[in-house]
Amino acid sequence: MPEGEQLKFEEALQKLEGIVRALEGEGLTLEDSLAYYQEGIRLVRLCRQRLQEVEGKLQALLVQEGEVVLKEISLSGGGGYGA
Amino acid sequence: MSGQRVLAVRELTAYLQRLIGNDGRLANVWVKGEISNLRRPVSGHLYFTLKDQVAALRCVMFQGRSRSLSLSLQDGLEVIARGHIAIYPRDGVYQLYVAEIYPAGMGMATLALQELAARLEREGLFAAERKRPLPLLPRRVGLVTSPSGAALRDMVTVSRRRFPGIDLVLAPATVQGDTAPFELARALELLGKLGGVDVIIIGRGGGSAEDLSAFNTEIVARAIYGCPVPVIAAVGHETDLTLADRVADRRAPTPSAAAELAVPVKKELEERLNILATRARRGMEHRLQMAQARLERLVKSRGMARPQQELYYRQQYLDGLEQRLLAAWQRHAGAREQALQLLTSRLEAASPLTILSRGYAICRRPGGGPPIRHSLEVAPGERVEVVLSQGRLQCQVEDVDGG
Repeated sequence: MPEGEQLKFEEALQKLEGIVRALEGEGLTLEDSLAYYQEGIRLVRLCRQRLQEVEGKLQALLVQEGEVVLKEISLSGGGGYGA
Repeated sequence: MSGQRVLAVRELTAYLQRLIGNDGRLANVWVKGEISNLRRPVSGHLYFTLKDQVAALRCVMFQGRSRSLSLSLQDGLEVIARGHIAIYPRDGVYQLYVAEIYPAGMGMATLALQELAARLEREGLFAAERKRPLPLLPRRVGLVTSPSGAALRDMVTVSRRRFPGIDLVLAPATVQGDTAPFELARALELLGKLGGVDVIIIGRGGGSAEDLSAFNTEIVARAIYGCPVPVIAAVGHETDLTLADRVADRRAPTPSAAAELAVPVKKELEERLNILATRARRGMEHRLQMAQARLERLVKSRGMARPQQELYYRQQYLDGLEQRLLAAWQRHAGAREQALQLLTSRLEAASPLTILSRGYAICRRPGGGPPIRHSLEVAPGERVEVVLSQGRLQCQVEDVDGG
């Protein structure tokens, strides 16, 4: 299993839901339950991390001298933006 | 063709067909005229003539096409028809085979738009199957809009309200004017290539007076279609969708609504995670409890309990032995009782107390100790204790006589 590197939030959440359903069901052995539970905890941590790691930036994508650059901007009161 | 050759009718007709067929312009013409001689035979095909003051053109519109007419055609109606010219050899006439027909009141621009829309639809740009789902949590949200419009402010505000930490990237573009289509297409392209952008909103501010024509261009439509990232369009109005709205993966009535589609509510996601974590924990605890309960049942069952039961059996055996011992004692008690009585009497007789009661006394050192038997054991002046049958005397030796 890839180390959660590029596992999308949505996919992680879906895996987690699958694990929870399995844990709530009757089919798993005790050993398997423990393994599933551990994986579930790992996924919860991953998802929580994802929710925190966005930085809240507002940037503008501009072309300067032929190069594409990202520049942080802020919104001024009048509805436009200032750099 | 040499001057003296005599042609068959069909040869001449074939020649004219080639002539017409080779002219590209005749393959797709738009013609304006007034309808006359409209006939609608049982086959469902439409036959009519388009005429103006000077000339007339015979037209036929086959059943498949005329079904989609939203206007009812009648003689005298001024229309614009699109189609191709071909010769009908049997009758020796040329005809316009009509593909589309519109009331003449529509402007050319509108007609052109209709044609563009039809063409793009045939290519599948609007197909429902092609619409991609929006990501639940985009790493970055791309915004294509004017940097100075209200749309940008609205989208930023709504996005940050729902998910305070969300990353937004604006690719600015003018939304009106000649350069608008190119700027919009370029903005989409840049965002698509940037990486990390999981959804894009293309939108413009409110006000129906605004010119939406840039969003009805083939350039913008194809840019949206070819964008590797799902696109939400917030451009046109419910009754007047632009091509951009139709190509986009989702449509929203306003830029704010588009932001609501693109950005999840952080608290809701956190809550969902918490619930899942709790359910997982409970599920695990339950499983452990069940395992524990099974273990206990096993312990309590007959198989496991035997050792303890063994203990009880032995305990009971011992108790039984004790009972038998006691019973045997009772039986012999009679004989032993008598022997005991005899011994007791003899004991009593030999007891010092009995001797004392006859008047004899014991002399010993003060505080106890063995009886003194010989007078030479004490010296005059020493203290001695005399034990009587009742009480004791503390005495001092005055004189000692040898025995």
